[in-house]
Amino acid sequence: MTTLYTSDHEWLSIEGDVATIGITDFAQAQLGDVVFVELPQIGRALKKTEAAAVVESVKAASDVYAPITGEVVEVNQAIVDEPALVNTDAGGKAWFFKLKIADKSELGGLMDEAAYKAHTA
Amino acid sequence: MAEPVATPASPLKRTPLYALHVSLGGKMVPFAGYEMPVQYAPGVLKEHLHTRAAAGLFDVSHMGQVAVVPKSGTVADAAAALERLVPQDIIGIPPGRQRYAQFTNAEGGILDDLMVANFGEHLVLVVNAACKDADIQLLRDGLSDVCDVQPLADRALLALQGPKAASVLAKFCADAEAMRFMDAGPRNVDGLTCYVSRSGYTGEDGYEISVPADKAEQLAEALLSDKDVLPIGLGARDSLRLEAGLCLYGHDIDTATTPVEAALEWSVQKVRRSGGARAGGFPGAGKILAQFDSGAARRRVGLKPEGRAPVREGATLFATADSAEPIGKVTSGGFGPTLNAPVAMGYVPTALSALDTVLFADVRGQRLPLRVAATPFVPNTYKR
Repeated sequence: MTTLYTSDHEWLSIEGDVATIGITDFAQAQLGDVVFVELPQIGRALKKTEAAAVVESVKAASDVYAPITGEVVEVNQAIVDEPALVNTDAGGKAWFFKLKIADKSELGGLMDEAAYKAHTA
Repeated sequence: MAEPVATPASPLKRTPLYALHVSLGGKMVPFAGYEMPVQYAPGVLKEHLHTRAAAGLFDVSHMGQVAVVPKSGTVADAAAALERLVPQDIIGIPPGRQRYAQFTNAEGGILDDLMVANFGEHLVLVVNAACKDADIQLLRDGLSDVCDVQPLADRALLALQGPKAASVLAKFCADAEAMRFMDAGPRNVDGLTCYVSRSGYTGEDGYEISVPADKAEQLAEALLSDKDVLPIGLGARDSLRLEAGLCLYGHDIDTATTPVEAALEWSVQKVRRSGGARAGGFPGAGKILAQFDSGAARRRVGLKPEGRAPVREGATLFATADSAEPIGKVTSGGFGPTLNAPVAMGYVPTALSALDTVLFADVRGQRLPLRVAATPFVPNTYKR
């Protein structure tokens, strides 16, 4: 299992041809207390960089972009029911959605953990 | 209370509490030409809830404080002169009291909203930061025959808000508990000559305290030394005022909205309305009084989204889930931490402004239902 990152502060955990996607701890700290999450429909075909989900704090709404092209195969209802989970466990239980990866070559453009740490430093 | 300035042409100004905000971990952002704290480490949600549970201290020094001093020495002359610019009964404000008012333009629109206090020998006004230069010019142009218009630029303004505000301020100000909502005037606070009003912008009991700029940090630190008090940023100030149903100038009210359209009729006393002893005589009186008599076509209402999704400023409103014709817009909206639900306000046709009318907002291409709701969304706790 490999974890990759985007410059938009999303993480992807790759297992076979499925990527689990969430936002980073850095991103949740920037957002502040999350009060609402909207997730994509299962079966939706997402293009890389397309707005896929919405995460809202008291003050503002932010888009979560599809970091790669793929079809939504699963979403995490737990963060819809309890948005604060995004603040307490952004890198774990608060994953957003899973994509069936359309083109593995897109993964090559993403950052590894060391590169992401440098990006947010 | 004013429009944020994203990329100011001139350098950002700082309030006398700038260094304190930074030392307290405030996240500084541009707002109305000032560098202001949008939040501190606890964040908007916790700051909001703390203010409703205990007490919050806000720096509102960016707002304009202006003395209007009658040349005759008789405050009623200043009050009568100010009535040329606002639709409120200013003459009727007793010494030691303040009242909410609006500057109007010839079309009946709102140039700014403000507080007017009668200090016995002169008036003291508090106006919005983004409007203060224009307001001072308006006052000088309109009142200079009768009054000296004196910006109080050497004073900071603090707001202490929440259920513990009175018990906290009482430790520094002997008169704090005895003041009633909208009492205003000079008071001794921690040995300093301050102007204190029992008022605010949160829907909570509380005070606004005008303090000499060079003593502002000292007073803020004294108030913050109380365990009940936390510093609160502009983010929570906005969510608190939204839950309280209070207008934000430049958003919920502006030059294109009249006091009647804005559902601010309560702020226009009968003496200035048709049939009153001093009816009219303010800019836009023709239009505003006609709206009092026969209604306005649209009206500001509270809106409660039925789901969990916040419906934010700018969202277009529709009468039904599939109608093509927009009927209005959301002017403020977000998440209300005390209600633990989204809240909004906006303008709708008067025919659709009745409580519980179901309307729809376009949010990211979906039509979300919301219901016209009474404001304040969270009951006021003013000490009347």
